[in-house]
Amino acid sequence: ELSQLQVVIEAADPGCHSYPHLASSEAYHLTVTEPVAILKADEVWGALRGLETFSQLVHEDDYGSFLVNESEIDDFPRFAHRGILLDTSRHYLPLKSILANLDAMAFNKFNVLHWHIVDDQSFPYQSIYFPELSDKGAYSYNHIYTPTDVGLVIEYARLRGIRVIPEFDTPGHTQSWGKGQRDLLTPCYSGEHPTGSFGPVNPILNTTYDFMTKFYKEISSVFPDAYIHLGGDEVNFDCWKSNPEVREFMRKQGFGIDYAKLESYYIQKILDIVSSYNKGYLVWQEVFDNKAQLKPDTVVQVWMGNNYAHELSSVTGAGFTAILSAPWYLDYISYGQDWKKYYSVEPLNFPGSEKQKKLLIGGEACLWGEFVDATNLTPRLWPRASAVGERLWSSRNVTNLQDAYERLTNHRCRML
Amino acid sequence: AEDEPPSGTPCTQLLVFVATPGCDGFPSLDSKENYKLSVSEGSLLLSADAIWGALRGLETFSQLVGRDENGTYYINKTEIVDFPRFPHRGLLLDTSRHYLPLRAILETLDVMAYNKFNVFHWHIVDDPSFPYESSTFPELSKQGAFNAMTHVYTASDVQTVIEYARLRGIRVIAEFDTPGHTLSWGPGAPGLLTPCYLGREPAGTYGPINPILNSTYKFVTSLFQEVSTVFPDFFLHLGGDEVDFTCWKSNPKIRAFMKEMGFGEDYKKLESFYIQRLLDIVSSLGKGFIVWQEVFDNGVKVRPDTIVHVWKENSTPYMEEMANVTKAGYRALLSAPWYLNRISYGQDWMAAYKVEPLEFEGSPEQKDRVVGGEACMWGEYVDVTNLTPRLW
Repeated sequence: ELSQLQVVIEAADPGCHSYPHLASSEAYHLTVTEPVAILKADEVWGALRGLETFSQLVHEDDYGSFLVNESEIDDFPRFAHRGILLDTSRHYLPLKSILANLDAMAFNKFNVLHWHIVDDQSFPYQSIYFPELSDKGAYSYNHIYTPTDVGLVIEYARLRGIRVIPEFDTPGHTQSWGKGQRDLLTPCYSGEHPTGSFGPVNPILNTTYDFMTKFYKEISSVFPDAYIHLGGDEVNFDCWKSNPEVREFMRKQGFGIDYAKLESYYIQKILDIVSSYNKGYLVWQEVFDNKAQLKPDTVVQVWMGNNYAHELSSVTGAGFTAILSAPWYLDYISYGQDWKKYYSVEPLNFPGSEKQKKLLIGGEACLWGEFVDATNLTPRLWPRASAVGERLWSSRNVTNLQDAYERLTNHRCRML
Repeated sequence: AEDEPPSGTPCTQLLVFVATPGCDGFPSLDSKENYKLSVSEGSLLLSADAIWGALRGLETFSQLVGRDENGTYYINKTEIVDFPRFPHRGLLLDTSRHYLPLRAILETLDVMAYNKFNVFHWHIVDDPSFPYESSTFPELSKQGAFNAMTHVYTASDVQTVIEYARLRGIRVIAEFDTPGHTLSWGPGAPGLLTPCYLGREPAGTYGPINPILNSTYKFVTSLFQEVSTVFPDFFLHLGGDEVDFTCWKSNPKIRAFMKEMGFGEDYKKLESFYIQRLLDIVSSLGKGFIVWQEVFDNGVKVRPDTIVHVWKENSTPYMEEMANVTKAGYRALLSAPWYLNRISYGQDWMAAYKVEPLEFEGSPEQKDRVVGGEACMWGEYVDVTNLTPRLW
């Protein structure tokens, strides 16, 4: 009979009052034997993982008795960055939905919530310095995240060993920012006249950088994680090209007609601003592809589906850390058991040296919100994301689909 | 003017007038669902020939009512004359691949009513499980359900569904699909399914219903006698799809029967032999029937008032099938482009919306034989955790 599970955390500072980070230890050792089982971990984060495992070992027999087999488990994650991306701009997600998702993440040993909080469609983040952003940019007053809401998400996540990395994606994907921050976005032109529509953030104005300096000061203090995601994807150059002042700036800077240089110019300045607040950053792959000057500890998120193995080689070959999302866009639903294709991805299947492969620190399953809201988020994301969770935690050789299927069916019922 | 607050006498009553109500009856294929809705100052009037039309009109009325920023409910002056284009507008739920708790079915009936669907096609049993509790053959669900205590529909459950549907003007058409799709029937009805052979020895596995035994037809008669009484609608869906001949071919007794009957190597004839007898049994019970298209495709002699359910997208283009079915004089139901279980990324509702059921070459009489269609939500990947957001 098992009467106790003793939890022993070995480090001098277990970390219970701090935030999880990339280098946190998530390893644990679980010995289940009667009468006392022992869960040992270096830091509290490992203990959390071990407790999750222990809960999965306990099963019920036909008579309702709880049983657990004698076991000895020595476990640690293969990859340190195991994330889920949620998009709260295309559709607002009520707090309840986000918190339920954090629970599901913990069941699957995910440790990063990549909160793609704002985008073109809406700006639900209530900023302290710039309240107009959400006042004018959110879908409605009922569709915002107050500082309290944000704090709640961060703490709820922390208690589950989950880092919250916010993404404030610029210079593209920013339509909703322009509503509450005049002159932030580039006015598009048709010939000599403004059309009345706007494009990406205006990279040629000092006011832009004054705004960003102040804005990121707030973000850096509101979100405790060491990293912020700065976006940088899918910047459409048409509007910049149409604007005479931007064209003039290009000329002055000697960029010619290479707008990727203008994009890099902008990104550079944002990276510098964010660095000055002692934050590290993640960026989408375009920022690397367009040759911006990145700090060595930049994390590049590889998302474009075409030949992502090649991109991983390039990114790690250039000495940057990478995380993989390209094969794990879970918003792309399809009929049948698509979990199998997510499970079968081998992240290190790219040409590169041992050193390079070490630079791939993990991956993220992305659930973009174009067709997702609280009415369908949970059944769409889970248990498909579980396949990604196992791929990122377990050993490279855990690949048997039949075995995974049997465990996944049980796990799904557990999650319900 | 647009910014003016709603004016006029507050409307407090919607008068509903029904010529020949029929409130105690069941809806049928011939039910009249037309209605007239008149909204003007001081008068709200809904009139219909039958209660079923009144239900449709009430749904429309509920959709016309708006609410302004002050919380006031209002309705615009309007005159509506409405009736359905097709009399059979159905939804298929599959409770065999995954059991669906009663509340999931009832909730679906509510949403069907919001969308003016009027047929619930209950694909109640199939290979994976037999959740229907039969009073004549209790062993069927005892042995065949996923769990005989928790994953069954009792007689009371079934009546609950039928009445809940009736109150919403929805017909419940049960499908007991045979001779294929019947693996779950085997455990509770030994001797019903065909034993498959490996050479001269039984392989231990089973195939479709055994069409050569008299006991099969005795069983089928008793079961459908019960089903005909339990389900009040005139129509039953008898299935008849995807019959795999491999097992029949492997069985020496069946091969002998084929020889005896002069069917040669054409197992479609054996399938037809079974279906024919089934249809005769069901007809004698006073029911009409709907069958999947294979029954028609395989040349089974069916009664002229049979309804053929067109579902295949691959072999023959479904519009061609619709033309063939109606040309042969049968009524048709369209489901092929509406397999909603086949999810895909993006706004796939548009593809479903763009389907024009009568887009085939045919005479006006042929086109009249298309009684409607059904959206199908097969259950291989669907249970109560994801049914609602997947279907709606």
